[in-house]
Amino acid sequence: MTPTPHLGFIVAAYAFAAMTILAMIAAIVLDYRALGAKLRTLEGARADAGEGTET
Amino acid sequence: MWSFANPTVFLALTRRLLPWLALVTAVLFSVGLYMSFAAPPDYQQGETVKIMYVHVPTAWLSTFIYGVMALASLGTLVWRHPLADAAQKAAAPLGAGFTFICLVTGSLWGKPMWGTYWVWDARLTSVLVLFILYLGLIALWRSIDDPGRAARAAAILTLVGAVDLPIIKFSVEWWNTLHQPASVFRMDGPTIAPELLWPLLVMAVAFTLLFLTLHLMAIRNEILRRRVARLTMIAAAEGDPLSPFLTPRVARS
Repeated sequence: MTPTPHLGFIVAAYAFAAMTILAMIAAIVLDYRALGAKLRTLEGARADAGEGTET
Repeated sequence: MWSFANPTVFLALTRRLLPWLALVTAVLFSVGLYMSFAAPPDYQQGETVKIMYVHVPTAWLSTFIYGVMALASLGTLVWRHPLADAAQKAAAPLGAGFTFICLVTGSLWGKPMWGTYWVWDARLTSVLVLFILYLGLIALWRSIDDPGRAARAAAILTLVGAVDLPIIKFSVEWWNTLHQPASVFRMDGPTIAPELLWPLLVMAVAFTLLFLTLHLMAIRNEILRRRVARLTMIAAAEGDPLSPFLTPRVARS
């Protein structure tokens, strides 16, 4: 079986593309989770303040 | 159509659409990668041609995303649409990411085929300028605190930078470049063998859907970021000393 010439370049290209795409996905998902947590905290604080005013 | 661009409607729409879009993207990538690795080697380049299935779709995306940003910039400057600047801001890091993949995979393809990782020819240099434009736009967004001013400045820079798109497209015809001329989108039809062309087209659609999915997710993040900023400002204006960013929420209960 003849080894594929330039196999290292092919593997490196696909690995680099996969890593960059995964990094972009991770950045967006982590940003979404962080923003969701902040929003829940802020909305919870406003809801608590509203309840406090009513009572 | 215009009503779908309302932020609240947009959030509801993306909630329903994103899982299906992600699923179709994953399936298309599976099919595209299978077809790419099952495709025959090129008669001159051998198996090295497999780098094309990543390099060419990301090269197309790098200019396509900038085109999307230019349209969004018009939306900001002409129609002042609330989602236009969010779409433009959300696309810039994705454009930079896909252009970076294009440059690196092109370099990894160039070394075994041309004998060098990089040459300052018109195509490679104009794509590098595009990458720098993306980085400049990201920096511009981060350097101006007022989102409205940042959006207008970024929109103007995006439209000025759009002059690079025809230069990228026609660089291989206007100048004598080491990079090959267009071989798919030609007036006289593609010059690539169908066995190599079909996997390339499937991968191109998969990459485009990946961008669409990530762009929708990133726009959703921008809408949430604005809501967080608005609520933080309201809390600060009300003089709430127990703002959740100053003290733990548990202290209120």
